[in-house]
Amino acid sequence: MSDPIVVFDKVNKWYGNDFHVLRDIDLQVGRGERIVVCGPSGSGKSTLIRCINRLEEHQQGRLVVDGVELGDDVRVVDEVRKKVGMVFQQFNLFPHLTVLENLTLSPIWVGKLPRKQAEEKAMQQLERVRIAEQAAKYPLQLSGGQQQRVAIARALCLTPKIMLFDEPTSALDPEMIKEVLDVMIELAGQGITMVCVTHEMGFAKAVADRVIFMDEGQIVEQNNPHDFFSHPQTDRSRDFLAKILGH
Amino acid sequence: MPPKKSSWSWRSRAARGLAYQVVAIAVIAMIVWFLASNTLHNMRVRGIQSGFDFLSQPAGFSIGESLFPFDSAESYWRAFLVGVSNTLRVAVAGIFLSTILGTLVGVGRFSRNALVRGLCYGYVECFRNIPVLLHLLMWYLVLTDLLPAIQDAWHVGPFFLSKGGVNFPVPVWHPGLAWAIGGLFAGAAAAGLYRAWARRRFEETGIARSVFWVPVLLVLACVALGWLAGGAPSLVDSPEKGEFAVENGGALTPEFLALLLGLSTYTAAFIAEVVRSGIASVPAGQGEAAAALGLDRGLEMRLVMMPQALRVIIPPLTNQYLNLTKNSSLAVAIGYPDIVSIANTAMNQTGRAVECIAILMAVYLTISLLTSALMNWYNARVAIKER
Amino acid sequence: MNRAGYQPIAPRPAPADTGGPWAWLRANLFADWKTATSTLVLGGLLLWFVPRLFDWAVLGAVWSADLKACRAAEGAGACWGVITEKYRIIIFGRYPFEQQWRPLVATVLMLAMLIASCTRAFWRPWLAVLWVAVLAVFFVLMYGNTPGLARVETDRWGGLPLTILLATLSIVMAFPIALVVALGRRSDLPAIRAFCTLYVELIRGVPLISLLFMASFMFPLFMPQGLTIDVLIRVLVGITLFTAAYLAEVIRGGLQAIPKGQLEAAATLGLSYWQTQRKIVLPQALAMVVPSIMNSFISVFKDTSLVSIVSLYELTGALDMAINADADWKPFKLQGYVFIAAIYFIFCFSMSRYSRWVERQVNKSRMR
Repeated sequence: MSDPIVVFDKVNKWYGNDFHVLRDIDLQVGRGERIVVCGPSGSGKSTLIRCINRLEEHQQGRLVVDGVELGDDVRVVDEVRKKVGMVFQQFNLFPHLTVLENLTLSPIWVGKLPRKQAEEKAMQQLERVRIAEQAAKYPLQLSGGQQQRVAIARALCLTPKIMLFDEPTSALDPEMIKEVLDVMIELAGQGITMVCVTHEMGFAKAVADRVIFMDEGQIVEQNNPHDFFSHPQTDRSRDFLAKILGH
Repeated sequence: MPPKKSSWSWRSRAARGLAYQVVAIAVIAMIVWFLASNTLHNMRVRGIQSGFDFLSQPAGFSIGESLFPFDSAESYWRAFLVGVSNTLRVAVAGIFLSTILGTLVGVGRFSRNALVRGLCYGYVECFRNIPVLLHLLMWYLVLTDLLPAIQDAWHVGPFFLSKGGVNFPVPVWHPGLAWAIGGLFAGAAAAGLYRAWARRRFEETGIARSVFWVPVLLVLACVALGWLAGGAPSLVDSPEKGEFAVENGGALTPEFLALLLGLSTYTAAFIAEVVRSGIASVPAGQGEAAAALGLDRGLEMRLVMMPQALRVIIPPLTNQYLNLTKNSSLAVAIGYPDIVSIANTAMNQTGRAVECIAILMAVYLTISLLTSALMNWYNARVAIKER
Repeated sequence: MNRAGYQPIAPRPAPADTGGPWAWLRANLFADWKTATSTLVLGGLLLWFVPRLFDWAVLGAVWSADLKACRAAEGAGACWGVITEKYRIIIFGRYPFEQQWRPLVATVLMLAMLIASCTRAFWRPWLAVLWVAVLAVFFVLMYGNTPGLARVETDRWGGLPLTILLATLSIVMAFPIALVVALGRRSDLPAIRAFCTLYVELIRGVPLISLLFMASFMFPLFMPQGLTIDVLIRVLVGITLFTAAYLAEVIRGGLQAIPKGQLEAAATLGLSYWQTQRKIVLPQALAMVVPSIMNSFISVFKDTSLVSIVSLYELTGALDMAINADADWKPFKLQGYVFIAAIYFIFCFSMSRYSRWVERQVNKSRMR
C-alpha cells in the first residue's frame, strides 16, 4: 500500500500484567478504504480502534496515523484527535446541551471557529444525517436511532479524515438499526475512510472493502467481504460465521 | 366519566384504612393530652409561669458580640434577634468558605499530581472522622492558647492577631467614599459590558478573550478612579494597642473565628466528598467523547463534566449547608453568643423552658425551610431536560 | 484446515519494564510543567513541615507523667505525659477508681459483640439473643447493685464506655422506629403519612443540641409528678428520636428503589401488605441501604460528643473534666485533644472502611 492512513506495526497491548489484549497486530488502512472489524466479544476489536485515537494506549509496537506516530506526547495526540472522528456504542451525547450545541462544541472551543460558521457547518452535517429539524432539542428527548445519528453528525463536524465506529448499532432497538446503517452506507459512498466494529454483516457485505476477523487479540483473517463470507479460510472464522449468520 | 361507587363496604380496603387512621389519631391524641396535662400540672406546682410575655421584659444580661448595639436593658426579643443575627453571620460566612474549600479539595482528588490527590484524600479522611465539637474545641484552644497575648500581638501594619482575635482597620465614612462606591457601580457596569462584548467577539471570530481577569481589573480600576476623584479620603479607624486591649478598628473575636474555621474546615471535608462523587457519577463515556472531540482536560472539566456533575451535587450539597447551620448551634460550647446560647441564658433566667425551646426550634426550622426552598429552586432550574 | 500464514499467538506476560517506579513518578508527579511546579512547592512544604512535626510528636516528646520534664520540653516536644497521667479519667470518666475494671470488661465485651456482628459467620438468628445477653451483662457490670458488685449511679458513668453505649443503644432502638416511620411515610393513608412526614421534617430541621436541651429541661415536666427519669435515659431518648428521623429517610430511599413490579408480583401471589413488606420489600431495601446505615452509625458515634453539653461526661466531656480542673496539666490540653481525636478517628475510619467493604459485597451480589 502506497500511502496508508493508519499503520499498525507489531502493536501489542496488555491490560494490567496478564491480559494480553492485542497480540502483534500488523495492519495498514488505505486512504478512502472502508474496513469492518468483526469477531467474538473479548477479541480486542474495540481496543484496536480505540488505539487509533489514543483512547487506549499501546505498550509495544508502532502506530502511525496520517503520518504521525502516536506516543505519550500530548500535543501529538490532540492533533490526531482533530483528524479522527469517533462514534460510540452508547452515543455519549452531552445531555445538558442541545443537539446543535453538542455539534458546535468542538469546532468553537477547539477549532476556534466563529459561532455562526460553526452553526452553519453543524446544520449541514445534521442535514446530511437527515435530522436537521431536531437541532434545538435535548438528546434525551430523542429516540436511540436519532441520538446515534446526531453522534455521527457530531463526529463529522470535525471534518475528519477517518471515521471510527465502535459497535454503533449494538445499543439500538431493531427498528432503529436501519436508519443508522443507511446513514453509514451513505457516508461510505462519499469517500471517507471508515473503520467499523460491528456485527451487522449485511452492512459489511454492502459497503466494506475489507473484512478483518479478530479473535483473542490477533488478526486471524482479512479478506474482501465476498471471499470472506463465502470461503472463510480458518476454522475459527468458519465457526464464527456459522454462529452469526445462522439466525 | 367513570360511574360513581354506590355502596360503602366495611370490609373494603378504604374502610380498613379509615379504621387504622382513626385508631392512630386517637392514640397520638391521647399521648399528647397525657404529656400536655402533666406539663401544665408540673408547671403549676413548681410556680413556673408560661406565656410569651416575657419577651418584652428587659433581658438583664449583656451579649459578648453582636452586629448592632445591645445592652442589658434591652428586651428579650431583641436579645433573640441578636442571637439570630449572630447565627446567620457565621452560617453564611461558613457556607461561603466551606463551598470554596470543599470544591477545591473535591476537584483536587482528580488531579494529575499524585501528591495533590493524596493530600486531598488525607484532608477529607482526617477532618471527617473527628466530631465537630472536638474540632471547635481544638480551634478555640489553638486561637486562645497558642496566639500571643494582647500585649504582644502580632501585627502587620494595622492588622493585629492575638488572643483577642483579629483586628483590622475600618475606613471612616467620608463623602469622598461615595465617589469610590459610585466607581464600584460604574466598574461593575463596565465589566458587564466588556463581558458581553468579549462573548460576542468570541462567537464572531472564535478567539477567546479573558472573561474573568479583565473585568475584575476593570472594577478595581474604576473604584480607584472614583476614590481619587473623591479627594482620596484615607482616614481609617485603625486598631491601636491600648492598655489592656486593642482599641478601635473592627474586630473578629476568637470565638467567632474558632466557630467559623472549625465549621468551615469540617463541612468542607464533606462537601469535597459530595463534589468527588458527583464528578465520579458522570459516565466515563462523556469524558471519552470529549477527548475524542479534541477537548483538553480543562475544557472537558468546564464544559462537559462540571455541568453534569452539578446536577448530582446540588441535593447533597443542600444537606451539608443545613448541617453547617445546625452545627453552628455548638457555639454554646465555646462561648459564642448564637441563638442557642442566648436561648439557654434566657431559659435559665426566666425558667420558661418550653417557650424558649419553641422559639429556638422555630428559628432553625425557618432557616432550614428557606435554605431548602432556595436550593430546590436552583436544582429545578439546572435539571437536565428529558422526554 | 488452516491457511498457511495464520499461526495462533499464545498470550505473553506484559514486558516487565513498562516503566517501573520512574515512569510512575514521571506520570504522576512531573507530567507537565504545572504538575511539576505544584509537586516541587508541595513537596518542599511537606519536607519542611513533616520532620518538625515528627520531632515534636515523637523524638522530643515526653512520654512519662513527669510534670517537670513536660514543662522543660514545652514548645520543643509534645507532652504525652498528660495522657499517661490522666488516661483513666479520660477513658472511664468519673467511675470510681477501684471499680474501673468493670467498665473495661463491659466495653471490651460490647466491642467484641459489635465486631462479631459485622462478620458473616455471625449472621444467624441467635445473634439477637446474643445482643440481648451482652447488653444485659453490660448493664449489670456497670450499674452493679448485686452481691459482689457495688452500685454505681448512671451519672458516674463516663468516657469511652458511655460513648459506645449511647451510640449502640440509640441505633438499636432507633431502627424499629425508623422502619415504622419510613413505611408510614409511603403509606396511602393520609393521616399516617402526614404524621410521619411531620415527625421527620421537624426533627431534621433542628439541631441535636436543641433536642438534648428539650430532653434535659422539658422531660421532667412531661412526666407525672414523682416520676423522675434518669438523665442517661432522657439523653438516650433524645438521641434515639433524632437518629430515627435520619434513619427513616435512609430506609425510605431503599424502599423507593424497589421496582413496582415486585409489589405487583407479590400481590398476584396473594400476599398481604405486611407479608409483602416483610418477605419481599424489606430484605432487598435493607440490604441496599446497609452502607448508609453504617454512615448513620458513624454520625451517631460522633454526635454522642454533644452530650457533654448537657453534663454527661462521655469521651470529650471527660477530657475537659480531667484537665480543666488541674492547673498543673492545663497547658497541655492540646495533647489531650489530639489523643481523643485519634480515638474517634480510629473508630470512625474503621467503620467507614467496613461500610465500603459491605457496599462492594452488596454490589457483587447484584452484578451478573
